[in-house]
Amino acid sequence: MARIVGGIGTSHIPAIGLAMAHNQCDDPYWRPFFEAYKPVRAWLETVRPTVAVVIYNDHGLNFFLDKMPAFAVGAASEYRNADEGWGLPTLKPFPGDSAFSWHLIESLAAADFDLTTCQEMLVDHGFVVPMQLMWPNAPAWPVRTIPICVNTVQHPLPTPRRCLKFGEALGRAIEEWPADERVIVLGTGGLSHQLDGRRAGFINKPFDLYCLEKIEHEPEVLARYSIRDLVELAGTQGPELIQWLIMRGALGTAVRRLECNYHVPISNTGSGLLLLEKAA
Amino acid sequence: MLARMMQTQPEPAFAPPDNAREIWGTPIFDGTAARRGYPLNKMCFSFNDAANREAFRRDEDAYCRKFGLDDAQRDAVRHRDVLALIAAGGNIYYLAKLAGIFGLNVQDIGAQQTGRSVEEFRALLRAAGD
Repeated sequence: MARIVGGIGTSHIPAIGLAMAHNQCDDPYWRPFFEAYKPVRAWLETVRPTVAVVIYNDHGLNFFLDKMPAFAVGAASEYRNADEGWGLPTLKPFPGDSAFSWHLIESLAAADFDLTTCQEMLVDHGFVVPMQLMWPNAPAWPVRTIPICVNTVQHPLPTPRRCLKFGEALGRAIEEWPADERVIVLGTGGLSHQLDGRRAGFINKPFDLYCLEKIEHEPEVLARYSIRDLVELAGTQGPELIQWLIMRGALGTAVRRLECNYHVPISNTGSGLLLLEKAA
Repeated sequence: MLARMMQTQPEPAFAPPDNAREIWGTPIFDGTAARRGYPLNKMCFSFNDAANREAFRRDEDAYCRKFGLDDAQRDAVRHRDVLALIAAGGNIYYLAKLAGIFGLNVQDIGAQQTGRSVEEFRALLRAAGD
C-alpha cells in the first residue's frame, strides 16, 4: 500500500528559482534561506519518496479567468513548465503518474469533493520552485508528481475549513492506493505577502510564526479563519496558507516536526519552511 | 518566542461570510473586478507567449485595441500606473507579466504603489523581519 512519509510546507517565490539559476544561493541575502533546506534534502535522501503530491496555485500560466477551477488535479503522464511571461527557463519535464492521479480523483469525488481533472497542464513557479528546492541539480526528477492546483487568484477562494477537509480526504485516498509507494505531500506558497495595493509590502511576522506553530498540532484553529481574515492578517497573497492546510490535513492527526524555518524578507514575502513526519 | 507570539494573536471567530469587509489599501480580486478587468487581464495572459510580448512592444496601441481595453485601462497601461491598472480590474498575477515587459519587478511595483523609492520599499520589507 502507498504510505505518506511526511509533509513539507514551503514558500514558492519566483525569485528563489532565479537565485538558483544564477548561482546566488551563497550570497549573504540568500544563504540563510537556502541553508534551511539542507536538512530537509538530507531527510528526503533518507526516506526516498517515490511520489510527490504538490499542492500549489497557478499564477496565470495554465488557467485564465475564462474558467477558474477551485481544485484542479493533474492526470497526465508528464508536466512541463513555461516562461510565464518573464522568460523563465524551461526545465526537464516532470514525470506524472496518471493511474495514481485517477485513483485520487475517484476517491476524492467519492468523498464529495468535486474536481477539475487535467490531462494536460502546464505547471508554473508555484509547483516548480518547491521541486527545485527539494531536489536541486538532480539529473532526473527522483519522484513522479501529482499536481493539485487551488484557486487563490479569483475570489471566492475555497475556505480554509474546506481545504483542511480536502487534505484529510486526500490523505485517506493516498493511503488506499494499492501500489507500494512512499509519498511526500508538498504544501506550497505563503507565508504573508502582499503584492498589490497601497498596503503592498505588508508582511506579518508574528502571524506567520503563529501559523507555523499552530499548523503542527492544531490546524483546525487556522481552519477557522475566513479568507478575508487571512487577507487582513497575511496580505492579499496570504491565503496561499490554504495549500499548507491541505498538506497538513493529508498527514492525519499525529505528526512530528523535524524542521522549521522562517526568514524575512525573500522578495516581498515572509518565507516559511516546515517538515513534518507522519507519526505512527 | 513562538508561545509569546501566539498570545498576541486574536482568537479566530466562526465568522459569517464577510466578503463586504474593507481592508485598507488591499484590493480583493472578486467577481466585480474580474468582470471589469477581463479584457486587460486577457491581454496580460497573452504575454505568457514571447511572440505576443514582442508584438506589444512593436505597437502598444494596436495590441491594446485588439483586446478591447477601455479608455481607463488603456491610459493606465500607457502610464505604467499599477494602482490605476488594479482599479480598472487588473489582477496582480496577470499585471506582473505586463510589468515584466516594462522591466519592473515586484519591488519596483511595490515602491510605485506605496509612493516610496525602491530603496525605501526594500527597507520596509527588511524591517518586517525585526
